[in-house]
Amino acid sequence: MSEHLLSLAIWVPIVAGLFVLVTGGDQNAGWARKIALVGALLGFLVTIPLYTRFAPMHGGMQFEEMRPWIETFNINYHLGVDGLSMFFVILNAFTTLLVVIAGWEVIQNRVAQYMAAFLIMSGLINGAFAALDAMLFYVFFEAMLIPLYLIVGVWGGQNRVYAAIKLFLYTLMGSLLLLVAFIYLYFQTDRSFEIADFQRVALPLAVQGYLMIAFFFAFAVKVPMFPVHTWLPDAHVEAPTGGSMVLAAITLKLGAYGFLRFALPIAPDAAREWGWIIVVLSLIAIVYIGLVALVQTDMKKLVAYSSISHMGFVTLGFYMLVDGAPTTYGVEGALVQMISHGFVSAGMFFCIGVMYDRVHSRKIADYGGVANTMPKFAAFALLFAMANSGLPATSGFVGEFMVIIGAVKVNFWYAFLAATTLVFGASYTLWMYKRVIFGDVANENVAALKDVNAREFAVLAVLAVAVLGMGLYPQAFTEKMHASVDTLITHVKTSKLP
Amino acid sequence: MDKPTLYLLIALFPLFGAIVAGLFGRVIGRAGAHWVTILGVAASCAGSFYVLFDLLNGGEAYNGNVYTWLTVDGLDVAVGFLVDKLTAMMMVVVTFVSLMVHIYTIGYMEEDPGYQRFFSYISLFTFSMLMLVMSNNFIQLFFGWEAVGLVSYLLIGFWFKRPTSIFANLKAFLVNRVGDFGFLLGIGLVLSHFGSFYYADVFANAPALKDATISLLPGTQWSLLTVTCILLFIGAMGKSAQFPLHVWLPDSMEGPTPISALIHAATMVTAGIFMVSRMSPLFELSDTALNFILVIGSITALFMGFLGIIQNDIKRVVAYSTLSQLGYMTVALGASAYSVAVFHLMTHAFFKALLFLAAGAVIMAMHHDQDIRRMGGLKKYMPAIYWTSLLGSLALIGTPFFSGFYSKDSIILAVEASKLPAAGFAYFAVLAGVFVTAFYSFRMFFLVFHGKERFGQADEHHGHDDEHGDDHQHGLAPGEKPHSPGLVVTGPLMLLAIPSVLIGAFAIGPMLAGDFFKDVLFVNLQAHPAMEAVIHHAHNAVAMGLHAFVTLPFWLALSGVALSAYFYLKRPDIPAAIKTRVQPIYTLLENKYYMDHLYIQGFAAFGRGLGKVLWKVGDTVIIDGIVVNGTAKLVGAVAGLVRRVQTGYIYHYAFAMIIGALLLLTWWLGRFVIPH
Repeated sequence: MSEHLLSLAIWVPIVAGLFVLVTGGDQNAGWARKIALVGALLGFLVTIPLYTRFAPMHGGMQFEEMRPWIETFNINYHLGVDGLSMFFVILNAFTTLLVVIAGWEVIQNRVAQYMAAFLIMSGLINGAFAALDAMLFYVFFEAMLIPLYLIVGVWGGQNRVYAAIKLFLYTLMGSLLLLVAFIYLYFQTDRSFEIADFQRVALPLAVQGYLMIAFFFAFAVKVPMFPVHTWLPDAHVEAPTGGSMVLAAITLKLGAYGFLRFALPIAPDAAREWGWIIVVLSLIAIVYIGLVALVQTDMKKLVAYSSISHMGFVTLGFYMLVDGAPTTYGVEGALVQMISHGFVSAGMFFCIGVMYDRVHSRKIADYGGVANTMPKFAAFALLFAMANSGLPATSGFVGEFMVIIGAVKVNFWYAFLAATTLVFGASYTLWMYKRVIFGDVANENVAALKDVNAREFAVLAVLAVAVLGMGLYPQAFTEKMHASVDTLITHVKTSKLP
Repeated sequence: MDKPTLYLLIALFPLFGAIVAGLFGRVIGRAGAHWVTILGVAASCAGSFYVLFDLLNGGEAYNGNVYTWLTVDGLDVAVGFLVDKLTAMMMVVVTFVSLMVHIYTIGYMEEDPGYQRFFSYISLFTFSMLMLVMSNNFIQLFFGWEAVGLVSYLLIGFWFKRPTSIFANLKAFLVNRVGDFGFLLGIGLVLSHFGSFYYADVFANAPALKDATISLLPGTQWSLLTVTCILLFIGAMGKSAQFPLHVWLPDSMEGPTPISALIHAATMVTAGIFMVSRMSPLFELSDTALNFILVIGSITALFMGFLGIIQNDIKRVVAYSTLSQLGYMTVALGASAYSVAVFHLMTHAFFKALLFLAAGAVIMAMHHDQDIRRMGGLKKYMPAIYWTSLLGSLALIGTPFFSGFYSKDSIILAVEASKLPAAGFAYFAVLAGVFVTAFYSFRMFFLVFHGKERFGQADEHHGHDDEHGDDHQHGLAPGEKPHSPGLVVTGPLMLLAIPSVLIGAFAIGPMLAGDFFKDVLFVNLQAHPAMEAVIHHAHNAVAMGLHAFVTLPFWLALSGVALSAYFYLKRPDIPAAIKTRVQPIYTLLENKYYMDHLYIQGFAAFGRGLGKVLWKVGDTVIIDGIVVNGTAKLVGAVAGLVRRVQTGYIYHYAFAMIIGALLLLTWWLGRFVIPH
């Protein structure tokens, strides 16, 4: 079994998704939900051995699978994970399971299609994280956009078509450049699409620069980095709760992962030359977006902007270089931040979804005093709000802390600007919390609220355990990363100029 | 039981109580909640006393780790304990005051629907504070630091329906975050230059880095230790409410009174003082940082005292008094008299907790009317509260032989002997502060307990509380008389009165003159000789008390009491007349030097305004409007042009084809044929 774990992680949810589709119309919605739940659960269970059987001392790829796919172009079905990617396969399967439970009663239209879209997307995203062949990666990376696009466009809010098209156009431009970059590298490496070969091939600085631009457009949009971030708030606002959860928890990570797997190791000299641009954009994301988040009136937009600001720490961690290489603090901090953001943002978006299902509004002004009628919910929301503000003992602290501490070593002012999130992050998060949760009952809608039911409680509790667990014992995560991060840093340190 | 297990249990008992009372409050009921938390804190308190006595009887200090939280770049960050005499003393203070407050709460919160939640929070606070003081490294310190901040946030906003409470708790959290911003950067500098998160390693490396510099701006060199110490101290300024980050503390009085006593007077707000003392090996190496601390402390000690004079809310008077006393402790830190700062921290914890709990008892008796102008003559109705309050107030103003006397006089002695440039101003501030403290303390005392009974007019006034839109019914009805509270309230007061009176005389010898803090607090006596003057007096507590009668501070305090007695018992017309005479000064004080205006209408409004501009102009107009939609329009426009080319006439296409073929042919020939 062990040698097929990654294939299972990819194909179990996809096959389950196809089974769900077979149930057809909404008269069989009950079946669709049950099959989806079983599929998501199986999909999650098959990823767990990736953690338990992971060899932490080994910096290379593990659980590798290799089979020729399109032999004419030397494209292979080559899978494998290392300490950089393993967690995201698990996180993705985990989030999918939560999304299926989150949408259980909420989604009443085209249930089978909804569940299937998430399951299939889950498999495709796992494929992108596990692919070791660039073409295979490209196929998964692009294919996952289709279900995402459908989720926003079909189950979204009023303006869903605008948001879906914006999402599609934004990501399309980068994708084409990515394809060009891959084909160029294919010829440079003597007709290989192996990512490892891409990473080894010597390239002149100018070429590395062009490649970095191509990778930047492909991945920065997904992260999203300033200034290509404006699609995210729109997409979140229109997406259904499950869509927002996956979008924030997983899809953004795919962009950051791209930087780590492609941009940094393939163009390390370009990173030394122009990495400061990414640092500046990351710092702008942290400060500028933090201020923009402060004045949002729509809860989902606020959390979306907060995501952009938090992802700024990820790209900052990757590209703040000491002696021409990323720092352990930066890269591990960024990886921890990516995982933590998966838990926290999923929690935040789920909380907003819980309120939206009852009141049908995302406007902060339509709430006030929710704690009076939903005390359990208020407690969970507080935990996620505090994690979003980076409170120690929650997962939100660990990554930010590592990146800030690492940044002090690189440049005091990087750390200074990054640390403003202590104030801004707490400001926008807790101010929203105050206006929504605290206070006297604001209106009839709030007075009529019912506290979370067992299903919602389960989702919130699982995420809460994850947030606290990672905050109290981050070692469980970082100990599996060390070897791979060291390998990466050593690789980037070496010049690839011919 | 081995030491680490004991320490772990001391910290975890209150956490256990907090979890049980918080998650299963409905199951175990009110009595269950207070029993589980009180027993947890009591066990923790007993353990703390055991630890202290063990150390006093020659036990070894402990420094070790419990588990590795994170390993990064080959560096371990662990959860671990450093338990020496400083820690043990803090543990005893924290758990003892906490236990008193737990018991008192049974009476104070009797009718509150959030009873279990309240007990859960204060036990959680005790756990967090213990983790803070017991830490052996900067990261756990920061964890405790933020965790007490969280509980403070929850407790200030305990009555979350009140707009004032939820404004105050957000303000408290954010102002503290500004301090933490500096604190975290300071920790970052510590790690990057000292190579460790553990106190022991950092302190061992510090002397070698005495002359190290860092370049913050191109071409300038800054002393590493000065920058690090000031950044760390900014953290202390937030938590210990030093000017200009003091603004959150008076507002924190929106929380229930027991937590004002525990968190916002006795323990949490002294975390900054504790932290700087703990870091004394670092601070001793930077005179610039010490001068900075002296200035900040003096401003806080004196100017916050002035504000205490004009307050009419009983809790706010005590709150400003706390600010002022925290300023005194900070001044002591700046004078390198760390042991004196910690000593004052301890005595203050007892008498200030006492004063707050007494204020709470008065508030209960007044049915939650907090305005001292509507009290008076309460001595008759609540003698136990009267006498304990008197003892607390006497301790606060530094009456000879009371605990507050020994600690405050030692601070004055230390500042007088300090050789730092800022010490002159600080000496003036702490001396003037003695008079101010005595004046506002007894102004409140006389207005509350003596004079005419001014309560029982609940229907007439529409003062302070109504302005805040409160939904509670306040004040006594006409003819209604205040009731003296029960034993759960008076008991803790009496137990706190004992150390408020006695602890100073007993502890000053070993703590200041003896070797209680040997190997814990580090002072470079050659550079900073202030402690020598203190040690000289501290040897003999009785002689020091007797000597006080011929020193300036005693007469300043006495005149403060006398003046307030004359003003508020004999001639209440005089303060009213003064108030109208010096209207501009009064207005300045009433508006708290306009600091809140600066923050709320200044910084906060600017931040929101900037956010709005960035959002509407940056995101909406420039990125979305011009770049994104512009690109879309451009594509549309190009498509429109291209569409025109598609005329549908075959000869147009044929013509274009021929031109294209010709161009291709030319290029082809030029590229491949001509060179041959």
